[in-house]
Amino acid sequence: MNPGRCAACKYLRRRCPRDCIFSPYFPPTNPHRFSCVHRIFGASNVGKMLQQLPVHLRTEAAETLYYEAQCRIENPVYGCVGIITQLHEQINDAEKELARAQAQIAVHRHDPHLQPKQQQQEEFQVEASEPAAITDSSWLEQNEFDSSALLSPLDSTWFL
Amino acid sequence: MGSGHSPCASCKLLRRRCTKDCTFAPYFPSDDPHKFAIVHKVFGASNINKMLQELPVHQRADAVSSLVYEANARVRDPVYGCVGAISYLQNQVSQLQMQLAVAQAEILCIQMQQDQPPMLPPSMEAISDHDLIDNDKSIFYENNMIPQYLNYSSSNSNNVIHDSLKRESFFGHDMHVS
Repeated sequence: MNPGRCAACKYLRRRCPRDCIFSPYFPPTNPHRFSCVHRIFGASNVGKMLQQLPVHLRTEAAETLYYEAQCRIENPVYGCVGIITQLHEQINDAEKELARAQAQIAVHRHDPHLQPKQQQQEEFQVEASEPAAITDSSWLEQNEFDSSALLSPLDSTWFL
Repeated sequence: MGSGHSPCASCKLLRRRCTKDCTFAPYFPSDDPHKFAIVHKVFGASNINKMLQELPVHQRADAVSSLVYEANARVRDPVYGCVGAISYLQNQVSQLQMQLAVAQAEILCIQMQQDQPPMLPPSMEAISDHDLIDNDKSIFYENNMIPQYLNYSSSNSNNVIHDSLKRESFFGHDMHVS
Protein backbone atom coordinates (compact mmCIF):
# COMPACT_ATOMS: atom_id res chain seq x y z
CA MET A 1 0.00 0.00 0.00
CA ASN A 2 1.14 3.50 -0.82
CA PRO A 3 2.72 5.02 2.33
CA GLY A 4 1.63 8.46 1.10
CA ARG A 5 -2.07 7.75 1.57
CA CYS A 6 -4.28 10.46 3.06
CA ALA A 7 -5.89 9.92 6.46
CA ALA A 8 -9.21 8.97 4.83
CA CYS A 9 -7.78 6.27 2.61
CA LYS A 10 -5.69 4.93 5.49
CA TYR A 11 -8.81 4.75 7.64
CA LEU A 12 -10.82 3.14 4.86
CA ARG A 13 -7.91 0.82 4.03
CA ARG A 14 -7.89 1.57 0.36
CA ARG A 15 -5.60 2.89 -2.28
CA CYS A 16 -5.28 6.67 -2.31
CA PRO A 17 -5.70 7.83 -5.92
CA ARG A 18 -4.01 10.95 -7.24
CA ASP A 19 -7.32 12.79 -7.48
CA CYS A 20 -8.57 11.59 -4.06
CA ILE A 21 -11.32 13.99 -2.95
CA PHE A 22 -10.22 13.70 0.68
CA SER A 23 -6.46 14.01 0.52
CA PRO A 24 -6.13 17.84 0.41
CA TYR A 25 -8.31 18.17 3.54
CA PHE A 26 -7.44 15.07 5.54
CA PRO A 27 -3.66 14.78 5.67
CA PRO A 28 -2.11 11.61 7.13
CA THR A 29 -0.63 13.66 9.97
CA ASN A 30 -4.09 14.14 11.53
CA PRO A 31 -5.99 10.83 11.52
CA HIS A 32 -8.37 12.02 14.25
CA ARG A 33 -9.85 14.60 11.90
CA PHE A 34 -11.15 12.07 9.41
CA SER A 35 -12.24 9.56 12.01
CA CYS A 36 -14.46 12.28 13.58
CA VAL A 37 -16.19 13.25 10.35
CA HIS A 38 -16.50 9.64 9.32
CA ARG A 39 -18.17 8.73 12.60
CA ILE A 40 -20.83 11.43 12.25
CA PHE A 41 -21.32 11.97 8.54
CA GLY A 42 -19.85 8.89 6.91
CA ALA A 43 -17.16 8.83 4.25
CA SER A 44 -19.61 8.65 1.36
CA ASN A 45 -21.60 11.70 2.50
CA VAL A 46 -18.47 13.74 3.15
CA GLY A 47 -17.13 12.83 -0.28
CA LYS A 48 -20.43 13.81 -1.94
CA MET A 49 -20.63 17.11 -0.04
CA LEU A 50 -17.08 18.05 -1.03
CA GLN A 51 -17.59 16.99 -4.65
CA GLN A 52 -20.63 19.26 -4.93
CA LEU A 53 -18.62 22.33 -3.93
CA PRO A 54 -16.23 24.40 -6.02
CA VAL A 55 -12.62 23.59 -5.13
CA HIS A 56 -11.90 26.94 -3.47
CA LEU A 57 -14.67 26.34 -0.90
CA ARG A 58 -13.80 22.79 0.04
CA THR A 59 -11.22 23.66 2.70
CA GLU A 60 -13.77 25.72 4.65
CA ALA A 61 -16.38 23.03 4.21
CA ALA A 62 -14.03 20.32 5.50
CA GLU A 63 -13.15 22.55 8.46
CA THR A 64 -16.77 23.18 9.43
CA LEU A 65 -17.70 19.52 8.96
CA TYR A 66 -14.88 18.59 11.34
CA TYR A 67 -16.06 21.21 13.82
CA GLU A 68 -19.65 19.97 13.69
CA ALA A 69 -18.52 16.38 14.05
CA GLN A 70 -16.45 17.26 17.11
CA CYS A 71 -19.40 19.10 18.65
CA ARG A 72 -21.66 16.12 18.05
CA ILE A 73 -19.16 13.70 19.60
CA GLU A 74 -18.75 15.97 22.64
CA ASN A 75 -22.48 16.47 22.99
CA PRO A 76 -24.35 13.56 21.35
CA VAL A 77 -27.79 15.01 22.11
CA TYR A 78 -27.43 18.62 20.94
CA GLY A 79 -24.13 18.87 19.06
CA CYS A 80 -23.56 22.34 17.58
CA VAL A 81 -27.10 23.29 18.40
CA GLY A 82 -26.20 23.28 22.10
CA ILE A 83 -23.63 25.99 21.44
CA ILE A 84 -26.17 28.03 19.47
CA THR A 85 -28.59 27.80 22.40
CA GLN A 86 -25.90 28.97 24.83
CA LEU A 87 -25.02 31.90 22.58
CA HIS A 88 -28.67 32.94 22.39
CA GLU A 89 -28.83 32.88 26.18
CA GLN A 90 -25.65 34.95 26.41
CA ILE A 91 -27.12 37.49 24.00
CA ASN A 92 -30.30 37.63 26.04
CA ASP A 93 -28.41 38.18 29.28
CA ALA A 94 -26.11 40.80 27.74
CA GLU A 95 -29.09 42.70 26.31
CA LYS A 96 -30.77 42.76 29.72
CA GLU A 97 -27.58 43.95 31.40
CA LEU A 98 -27.14 46.62 28.77
CA ALA A 99 -30.70 47.83 29.19
CA ARG A 100 -30.16 48.02 32.94
CA ALA A 101 -26.93 49.98 32.53
CA GLN A 102 -28.50 52.34 30.03
CA ALA A 103 -31.44 52.90 32.35
CA GLN A 104 -29.01 53.78 35.11
CA ILE A 105 -27.24 56.26 32.87
CA ALA A 106 -30.54 57.79 31.77
CA VAL A 107 -31.60 58.26 35.38
CA HIS A 108 -28.30 59.95 36.22
CA ARG A 109 -28.72 62.25 33.28
CA HIS A 110 -32.22 63.09 34.38
CA ASP A 111 -31.29 63.87 37.97
CA PRO A 112 -27.64 63.60 38.96
CA HIS A 113 -28.46 64.36 42.64
CA LEU A 114 -30.93 61.50 43.09
CA GLN A 115 -30.62 59.46 46.33
CA PRO A 116 -29.87 55.70 45.86
CA LYS A 117 -33.40 54.51 46.81
CA GLN A 118 -35.09 57.03 44.51
CA GLN A 119 -32.59 56.13 41.84
CA GLN A 120 -33.57 52.43 41.96
CA GLN A 121 -37.24 53.34 41.59
CA GLU A 122 -36.50 55.59 38.64
CA GLU A 123 -34.32 52.95 37.00
CA PHE A 124 -37.12 50.41 37.36
CA GLN A 125 -39.53 52.80 35.66
CA VAL A 126 -37.10 53.56 32.87
CA GLU A 127 -36.40 49.85 32.31
CA ALA A 128 -40.09 49.06 32.26
CA SER A 129 -40.77 51.73 29.68
CA GLU A 130 -37.79 50.89 27.48
CA PRO A 131 -37.60 47.11 27.27
CA ALA A 132 -34.39 45.62 25.90
CA ALA A 133 -34.54 43.79 22.61
CA ILE A 134 -35.45 40.21 23.42
CA THR A 135 -33.83 37.58 21.29
CA ASP A 136 -36.36 35.17 19.88
CA SER A 137 -35.54 31.82 21.47
CA SER A 138 -37.77 29.75 19.21
CA TRP A 139 -34.98 29.56 16.65
CA LEU A 140 -35.27 25.77 16.50
CA GLU A 141 -38.59 26.19 14.74
CA GLN A 142 -37.28 28.88 12.45
CA ASN A 143 -35.54 27.80 9.32
CA GLU A 144 -35.10 31.34 8.12
CA PHE A 145 -31.53 32.00 9.30
CA ASP A 146 -29.83 34.01 6.61
CA SER A 147 -26.31 32.70 6.44
CA SER A 148 -25.41 35.35 3.88
CA ALA A 149 -25.16 37.77 6.83
CA LEU A 150 -22.06 35.96 8.06
CA LEU A 151 -18.89 37.93 8.52
CA SER A 152 -16.18 35.31 8.87
CA PRO A 153 -15.84 31.61 9.53
CA LEU A 154 -15.48 30.38 13.07
CA ASP A 155 -12.11 30.71 14.74
CA SER A 156 -11.34 27.06 15.42
CA THR A 157 -9.53 27.86 18.67
CA TRP A 158 -12.85 29.03 20.12
CA PHE A 159 -14.00 25.44 20.32
CA LEU A 160 -11.09 24.28 22.45
CA MET B 1 -46.06 -3.78 7.46
CA GLY B 2 -47.74 -7.12 8.01
CA SER B 3 -49.09 -5.89 11.35
CA GLY B 4 -51.15 -3.22 9.58
CA HIS B 5 -49.42 -0.09 10.86
CA SER B 6 -48.04 2.23 8.20
CA PRO B 7 -44.25 2.29 7.84
CA CYS B 8 -42.40 5.29 9.26
CA ALA B 9 -40.84 7.83 6.92
CA SER B 10 -37.41 6.26 7.21
CA CYS B 11 -38.53 2.73 6.37
CA LYS B 12 -40.55 4.12 3.45
CA LEU B 13 -37.49 5.89 2.09
CA LEU B 14 -35.22 2.94 2.73
CA ARG B 15 -37.85 0.58 1.34
CA ARG B 16 -37.75 -1.88 4.15
CA ARG B 17 -40.13 -3.43 6.59
CA CYS B 18 -40.99 -1.16 9.50
CA THR B 19 -40.87 -3.34 12.59
CA LYS B 20 -42.62 -2.71 15.91
CA ASP B 21 -39.35 -1.75 17.55
CA CYS B 22 -38.06 0.37 14.65
CA THR B 23 -35.59 2.92 16.10
CA PHE B 24 -36.70 5.66 13.73
CA ALA B 25 -40.48 5.26 13.91
CA PRO B 26 -41.14 7.46 17.01
CA TYR B 27 -39.19 10.37 15.52
CA PHE B 28 -39.84 10.16 11.79
CA PRO B 29 -43.58 9.79 11.27
CA SER B 30 -44.83 8.87 7.81
CA ASP B 31 -46.60 12.23 7.39
CA ASP B 32 -43.28 14.13 7.29
CA PRO B 33 -41.04 12.40 4.76
CA HIS B 34 -38.88 15.50 4.27
CA LYS B 35 -37.59 15.34 7.85
CA PHE B 36 -35.93 11.96 7.41
CA ALA B 37 -34.88 12.67 3.84
CA ILE B 38 -32.78 15.62 4.92
CA VAL B 39 -31.02 13.93 7.85
CA HIS B 40 -30.40 10.89 5.68
CA LYS B 41 -28.86 13.11 3.01
CA VAL B 42 -26.42 14.73 5.46
CA PHE B 43 -25.72 12.04 8.06
CA GLY B 44 -26.90 8.79 6.54
CA ALA B 45 -29.45 6.38 8.01
CA SER B 46 -26.82 4.07 9.44
CA ASN B 47 -25.07 6.87 11.35
CA ILE B 48 -28.35 8.22 12.70
CA ASN B 49 -29.33 4.76 13.84
CA LYS B 50 -25.99 4.34 15.64
CA MET B 51 -26.28 7.78 17.27
CA LEU B 52 -29.80 7.10 18.50
CA GLN B 53 -28.92 3.65 19.77
CA GLU B 54 -26.15 5.14 21.89
CA LEU B 55 -28.57 7.48 23.63
CA PRO B 56 -31.10 6.79 26.36
CA VAL B 57 -34.66 6.83 25.00
CA HIS B 58 -35.67 10.04 26.80
CA GLN B 59 -32.94 12.00 24.96
CA ARG B 60 -33.58 10.74 21.46
CA ALA B 61 -36.31 13.21 20.53
CA ASP B 62 -34.02 16.15 21.31
CA ALA B 63 -31.17 14.51 19.44
CA VAL B 64 -33.38 14.07 16.37
CA SER B 65 -34.51 17.71 16.55
CA SER B 66 -30.94 18.94 16.69
CA LEU B 67 -29.87 16.60 13.88
CA VAL B 68 -32.71 17.88 11.72
CA TYR B 69 -31.69 21.46 12.50
CA GLU B 70 -28.06 20.77 11.61
CA ALA B 71 -29.00 18.93 8.43
CA ASN B 72 -31.23 21.81 7.33
CA ALA B 73 -28.45 24.29 8.05
CA ARG B 74 -25.98 22.22 6.06
CA VAL B 75 -28.31 21.88 3.08
CA ARG B 76 -28.99 25.65 3.11
CA ASP B 77 -25.31 26.46 3.48
CA PRO B 78 -23.16 23.58 2.21
CA VAL B 79 -19.92 25.35 3.16
CA TYR B 80 -20.55 26.53 6.73
CA GLY B 81 -23.73 24.77 7.88
CA CYS B 82 -24.46 25.43 11.57
CA VAL B 83 -21.04 26.89 12.09
CA GLY B 84 -22.17 29.96 10.18
CA ALA B 85 -24.86 30.61 12.75
CA ILE B 86 -22.35 30.17 15.58
CA SER B 87 -19.97 32.66 14.00
CA TYR B 88 -22.74 35.20 13.54
CA LEU B 89 -23.98 34.85 17.11
CA GLN B 90 -20.47 35.09 18.53
CA ASN B 91 -20.05 38.42 16.76
CA GLN B 92 -23.31 39.60 18.30
CA VAL B 93 -22.14 38.58 21.75
CA SER B 94 -18.85 40.47 21.26
CA GLN B 95 -20.64 43.62 20.15
CA LEU B 96 -23.02 43.52 23.07
CA GLN B 97 -20.19 42.95 25.53
CA MET B 98 -18.37 45.95 24.09
CA GLN B 99 -21.46 48.12 24.46
CA LEU B 100 -21.91 46.87 27.99
CA ALA B 101 -18.30 47.67 28.88
CA VAL B 102 -18.75 51.21 27.56
CA ALA B 103 -21.97 51.69 29.54
CA GLN B 104 -20.44 50.29 32.71
CA ALA B 105 -17.38 52.55 32.37
CA GLU B 106 -19.71 55.46 32.04
CA ILE B 107 -21.61 54.51 35.17
CA LEU B 108 -18.30 54.22 37.01
CA CYS B 109 -17.35 57.71 35.83
CA ILE B 110 -20.66 59.10 36.99
CA GLN B 111 -20.34 57.39 40.36
CA MET B 112 -16.81 58.65 40.82
CA GLN B 113 -17.91 62.18 40.07
CA GLN B 114 -20.76 61.92 42.53
CA ASP B 115 -18.45 60.57 45.23
CA GLN B 116 -16.08 63.54 44.97
CA PRO B 117 -16.69 66.07 47.74
CA PRO B 118 -17.41 69.56 46.38
CA MET B 119 -14.42 71.90 46.63
CA LEU B 120 -16.69 74.85 47.57
CA PRO B 121 -19.52 74.82 50.10
CA PRO B 122 -22.91 75.29 48.40
CA SER B 123 -23.25 78.84 49.72
CA MET B 124 -20.17 79.88 47.78
CA GLU B 125 -21.61 78.72 44.43
CA ALA B 126 -24.10 81.57 44.39
CA ILE B 127 -21.41 84.20 44.98
CA SER B 128 -20.74 86.17 41.82
CA ASP B 129 -17.42 87.66 40.83
CA HIS B 130 -18.54 91.08 42.00
CA ASP B 131 -18.88 89.88 45.57
CA LEU B 132 -15.29 88.80 45.78
CA ILE B 133 -12.49 91.11 46.81
CA ASP B 134 -9.97 91.38 44.00
CA ASN B 135 -7.29 89.60 46.02
CA ASP B 136 -9.46 86.59 46.72
CA LYS B 137 -10.57 86.46 43.15
CA SER B 138 -7.01 86.52 41.89
CA ILE B 139 -6.07 83.55 44.11
CA PHE B 140 -8.76 81.40 42.55
CA TYR B 141 -8.08 82.43 38.99
CA GLU B 142 -4.33 82.25 39.29
CA ASN B 143 -4.49 78.71 40.60
CA ASN B 144 -7.10 77.90 38.01
CA MET B 145 -9.05 75.98 40.62
CA ILE B 146 -12.66 76.98 40.01
CA PRO B 147 -12.72 76.92 36.19
CA GLN B 148 -10.89 73.56 36.01
CA TYR B 149 -13.12 71.93 38.60
CA LEU B 150 -16.28 73.27 37.05
CA ASN B 151 -15.16 72.16 33.60
CA TYR B 152 -14.47 68.67 34.87
CA SER B 153 -17.69 68.26 36.80
CA SER B 154 -20.12 69.77 34.33
CA SER B 155 -18.96 69.98 30.74
CA ASN B 156 -16.58 67.00 30.86
CA SER B 157 -19.22 64.65 32.19
CA ASN B 158 -21.64 65.94 29.60
CA ASN B 159 -19.06 65.24 26.91
CA VAL B 160 -18.50 61.69 28.18
CA ILE B 161 -22.22 60.97 28.22
CA HIS B 162 -22.77 62.71 24.87
CA ASP B 163 -19.99 60.70 23.19
CA SER B 164 -21.22 57.43 24.60
CA LEU B 165 -24.74 58.22 23.45
CA LYS B 166 -23.38 58.92 20.00
CA ARG B 167 -21.77 55.51 20.08
CA GLU B 168 -25.02 53.99 21.27
CA SER B 169 -26.94 55.63 18.47
CA PHE B 170 -24.39 54.14 16.08
CA PHE B 171 -25.37 50.76 17.42
CA GLY B 172 -29.00 51.60 16.93
CA HIS B 173 -30.23 52.91 20.25
CA ASP B 174 -32.40 56.02 20.37
CA MET B 175 -31.25 58.26 23.18
CA HIS B 176 -32.23 61.84 23.61
CA VAL B 177 -29.33 64.19 24.33
CA SER B 178 -30.41 67.11 26.46
